[in-house]
Amino acid sequence: MPKLLIKNGRVLDPASGRDEAADVLIKGGLIVRIGPDLHATGAITFDAQGLVVAPGFIDMHVHLREPGFEHAETIETGAKAAAAGGFTSICAMPNTHPVNDDAAVTRYIVERGRRFAIVNVFPIGAITKDIAGEQLAAIGSMKAAGVVAISDDGQPVMNSRVMRRAMESAHSFGLPVIDHCEDLNLSAGGDMHEGLQSVRLGLRGIPASSEDVMVARDVILAETTGARFHVAHISSRRSVEIVARAKANKLPVTCEVTPHHLALSDCEMPPYDSNYKMKPPLRSAADTEALIEGVAAGVVDAIATDHAPHPGSEKMQEFEKCPFGIIGLETALAVTLEKLVHSGRVSLMRWVELFTTGPARALSLNRGRLEPGLPGDVTVFDPELAWTYDVNRSFSKSRNSPFHGRSFRGAQVATVVGGRVVWQRER
Amino acid sequence: MPVGLLGIEGLERSEIEAILNRAKYFQPPPHQSFGRHEFLKGRMIVNLFFEASTRTRTSFEIAAKRLGADAISITASGSSVSKGESLVDTLNTLVAMRPDAIVMRHAASGAPHFLARYLPLTPIINAGDGTHEHPTQALLDARTILDHRASLEGLRVAIIGDIAHSRVARSNIHLLAKFGASIVLCGPASLLPAELASIAPGVSLTYDIREAIRDADVVMMLRVQLERQHEAAFAASEYFQFYGLRLEHMDLIKPDAIVMHPGPINRGREISSEVADSQRSAILNQVENGVAVRMAVLERILVSHAETAH
Repeated sequence: MPKLLIKNGRVLDPASGRDEAADVLIKGGLIVRIGPDLHATGAITFDAQGLVVAPGFIDMHVHLREPGFEHAETIETGAKAAAAGGFTSICAMPNTHPVNDDAAVTRYIVERGRRFAIVNVFPIGAITKDIAGEQLAAIGSMKAAGVVAISDDGQPVMNSRVMRRAMESAHSFGLPVIDHCEDLNLSAGGDMHEGLQSVRLGLRGIPASSEDVMVARDVILAETTGARFHVAHISSRRSVEIVARAKANKLPVTCEVTPHHLALSDCEMPPYDSNYKMKPPLRSAADTEALIEGVAAGVVDAIATDHAPHPGSEKMQEFEKCPFGIIGLETALAVTLEKLVHSGRVSLMRWVELFTTGPARALSLNRGRLEPGLPGDVTVFDPELAWTYDVNRSFSKSRNSPFHGRSFRGAQVATVVGGRVVWQRER
Repeated sequence: MPVGLLGIEGLERSEIEAILNRAKYFQPPPHQSFGRHEFLKGRMIVNLFFEASTRTRTSFEIAAKRLGADAISITASGSSVSKGESLVDTLNTLVAMRPDAIVMRHAASGAPHFLARYLPLTPIINAGDGTHEHPTQALLDARTILDHRASLEGLRVAIIGDIAHSRVARSNIHLLAKFGASIVLCGPASLLPAELASIAPGVSLTYDIREAIRDADVVMMLRVQLERQHEAAFAASEYFQFYGLRLEHMDLIKPDAIVMHPGPINRGREISSEVADSQRSAILNQVENGVAVRMAVLERILVSHAETAH
């Protein structure tokens, strides 16, 4: 059995509160021991001197585009980008072609993940057949095949009755419901956040209220059905308030925020640059501030990238014709370190939580902790390393990033999955 | 001047003044046609219109020809765009034929800005992009106002109608604000987003047309753009009653105030026939100034571009 010994790092583990110089020994794919001055004969040694060693980071919201849109991304390339971003586990949204709305598709994704992905791939099943918002998908059998949640991400369930039934069903199978909260009537035709910038640029707006009313609806339905409800890519001040209130009322409501919604506001988009076009849109600076406060106050549970690859042919068009979404796996750590930790808004420990115990709890994954017996997934990073992101060197098949050419302080250095170093920064 | 002309918002006041002064030089004497010049002899200008237009396209064409340039007009329906070619590829193809400038109208806001990023060497002149800007319209409107007033500073200008979807309004707001005019915007609530008040200095909003035009020096009426209405944002049946400009309003504006409209006008929808054809109406002056202003713009961009290109 191969052994990996990660030596001399600063071990940061939110679950146990551990923050000290220690070594981590992984054997047979599992964590064996954490402690000072470990030795293991025959072990491969990784010297983490000057680096932080944390539980493997989990991105609970990515689009891998396979099956169906392999020109934009595959499970293999998306997983490589994830590893290069410091992630050891990713959760794949179901809006593929075919949609992941039954066990056969789920099994296909799980199987492709096992064969081709260098990180763990957890599928998320659809809420409704074909994400059409009408008939429930085969939720129970998808769960049996391996989905960790259900979501109609990108094509939200507008019919509240269908959402109610979905929550009842998900609750009975012990799955959380992740909703991309958007009232499609309020947002119809919109291309960017509704505000001064959209008015200036003559682009149709997506009001923050289109998110807020659906977050409120889903919180109410979660309360009446008992389901666990998770808000995908929360972006507005009012939505954060609604989630905070739900949490204060002890409801099983969680939420995630993307790095780009924390780091960018609508004012920062170069005019009509489609690499800044996503859903939900970049909101106002006041919303961005509310998201950071939400993270600091513990309202936000996780950071998730919403990695959404699109080929250049689709993004190089008139702004209103371009699809929504940006890639984000390789920049997530650096963008959020800068915005949250280096700015002094949250501690490094809290930041690690957002990538580990936070998403693990929202999805009931038995991961995200450095604990003997758990899978040997580790993320090694350097909070100070200076580097510049070159999207043309990305492992993703797509190039749609607003962070191309940006210089950062702090970066992932190595990614360990099941005791194997699957990616390491060139040094 | 930067390469091309994408909008008024990014223009310096001095640049606008230079264009307006030059346009005055190009204005023909009464009842005569525009003079022929050779300033752009040997130059080629492509008019690329992805959206229907009569006055803008024709006046750009006349302007180019009166300056001695060759002008070619292409409409989307007769081009390879209808075969599914992307905008970038269409422009790349045209650029390979070495025009000196491309005049473009497009239904998508920002289409010329997007192209300018990928084709930085060929000047692009925005002849109207979606619901964003229509810079030469604002320039010709300013020229028209200045034919009736000594300066734009301190003028009270009312703009009435579908402001949200109007590129004419946006360009005019930016231009007038740069010269210290006070601008009152008026229209149905859903076509008058509150954010407009912060788009430029000196802008205020009202839902009451009488309040908007009171003591105005200039009243600009906008066309009701039913083709840009994706939803019923107001009751079309009562539009004229609340936002249409009629003779009874003429007592509220200054005695020597002018009424403008970018055209095409919808008589009886946003403006009554009596007002459109009245002494106050400057609508045909606007059309006339369209040629003079576009001559000034083409000359300025092409001459300065050629001088700095090498």
